Amino acid sequence: MNARDIVNVEVEVLLSAIRERYGWDFYYYKRASLKRRIATFLHENNLKHVSELIPLIMWDKEIFEHLIHSLSVPVTEMYRDPSFFNALRNEVVPILKTYPFIKVWHAGCASGEEAYSMAILLQEEGLLPRSRLYATDINDDGLKKAEQGVYQLDDIKEYQNNYHKSGGKGDLLDYFRISSNKAIINTSLKHNVRFSNHNLIRDSSFGTMNIIFCRNVYIYFEPELQDRVTQLFLDSLAPGGFICLGSKESIHIENYPHELEVFNERARIYRKLYQ
Amino acid sequence: MMELRWDIILIGTSAGGMKALEAILPQIPQDFPIPIVIVQHMGPDSDNYLASLLNEKCQVNVTEAQDGEKILSGTAYLAPGGYHLLIENDKTLSLCVGEKINYSRPSIDVLFSSASDVFGEKTLAIILTGANKDGTEGAIHIREDGGTVIAQDPATAEVPTMPQAVVDAEAADHVLPLDEIAQFIVGKVLLYDRD
Ligand SMILES: C[S@@+](CC[C@H](N)C(=O)[O-])C[C@H]1O[C@@H](n2cnc3c(N)ncnc32)[C@H](O)[C@@H]1O
Repeated sequence: MNARDIVNVEVEVLLSAIRERYGWDFYYYKRASLKRRIATFLHENNLKHVSELIPLIMWDKEIFEHLIHSLSVPVTEMYRDPSFFNALRNEVVPILKTYPFIKVWHAGCASGEEAYSMAILLQEEGLLPRSRLYATDINDDGLKKAEQGVYQLDDIKEYQNNYHKSGGKGDLLDYFRISSNKAIINTSLKHNVRFSNHNLIRDSSFGTMNIIFCRNVYIYFEPELQDRVTQLFLDSLAPGGFICLGSKESIHIENYPHELEVFNERARIYRKLYQ
Repeated sequence: MMELRWDIILIGTSAGGMKALEAILPQIPQDFPIPIVIVQHMGPDSDNYLASLLNEKCQVNVTEAQDGEKILSGTAYLAPGGYHLLIENDKTLSLCVGEKINYSRPSIDVLFSSASDVFGEKTLAIILTGANKDGTEGAIHIREDGGTVIAQDPATAEVPTMPQAVVDAEAADHVLPLDEIAQFIVGKVLLYDRD
């Protein structure tokens, strides 16, 4: 075995240690990005070999939690992929407008920027008062940040461009209170948004949604897990409900001939069929 | 029996990269037996315009890398703007939206390191023109795993910083002028020392 093979073995042993000890299953996560993040974690903690992590996480829950947080990729933006949000606004929102009440699920919401992007969009379309947004993730640090709704002002300024390209109708900064270099999301936008911990691998359906966002999460999953999560979403959607994936993600629609249709291929929006 | 010297060819480039790629890729024959994977720094809005432009000029198929896609010979894959590109053990491509590395996403270091984990000494990496130092760490990683690194001769680079950084780190096996790189890889691709 060469050094690379040994590292591969160490990674598998680490993942099963995590599973046996804590019940977290990373088995169906793609390895290349996991390995990269494990290597970064080792480097930051002055460790040399992946297997050195095993005794640490076995006996120290805090280290385990640090590891989990570094393994998940809570990197996000507001209005990431403006053309998607544009399609959402112009093609999906008119349908949502016909509903008396709108339930939205952001699965893998990281630090909340996507959920707040949607809240602002719904507000501009007059729909926020009758909407409820559930935003979930496995990364508690991200969820905490999301709940606080405090972001770097410079970041928000950078998102202004995205916001306008997505068809935003006002000034993004108007939705924040500025305090020195921080931008704090207006409380009125938080009322209808709930953040909570939910693991797509382990936890069950969330009730009946009208639209589910799961953007830039599938790219970390093996196809088997993607299929399982798609099934979870189908079980969590009202008839006619939407699934929105990231720009480089897709669902093999031919596997769901009686359940799903492509609503907007470029924007990666799918729709559950009425049966 | 003939054996291939490399199983993967990686190319990393930034400022000035489009022209440099146009000088190399069209010279690769259609039946070239090794897949090519490219990171050209670009922003998230760039669509797959670069891939289609190159595809028109090349004999190999040039296409934007798709998540989960198996890499094939006769094809050059270009990382999409806004995503890191990695290679899995089963030789499929993976995209990742993790933090920028060297202010870049896609980052050359990310591609080089992950490819080296899979292909080891059968990796050939080429660093072309560019204005930052992305790729140097990846090149070092490849050398440690026994792979081969070519740096474009900085004197022939539109922006010399990137290949120069690799040269300075002593991570280049070969330093070649732009117009000799294609010839070099096509000429050396077959190993004849086995029977
Ligand atoms: C790259 S972020 C995507 C954020 C946002 N949706 C976007 O597109 O900008 C991926 C998120 O998925 C979360 N995630 C990974 N595995 C998960 C799982 N099993 N259940 C729920 N969330 C998960 C990570 O913690 C991370 O915050």
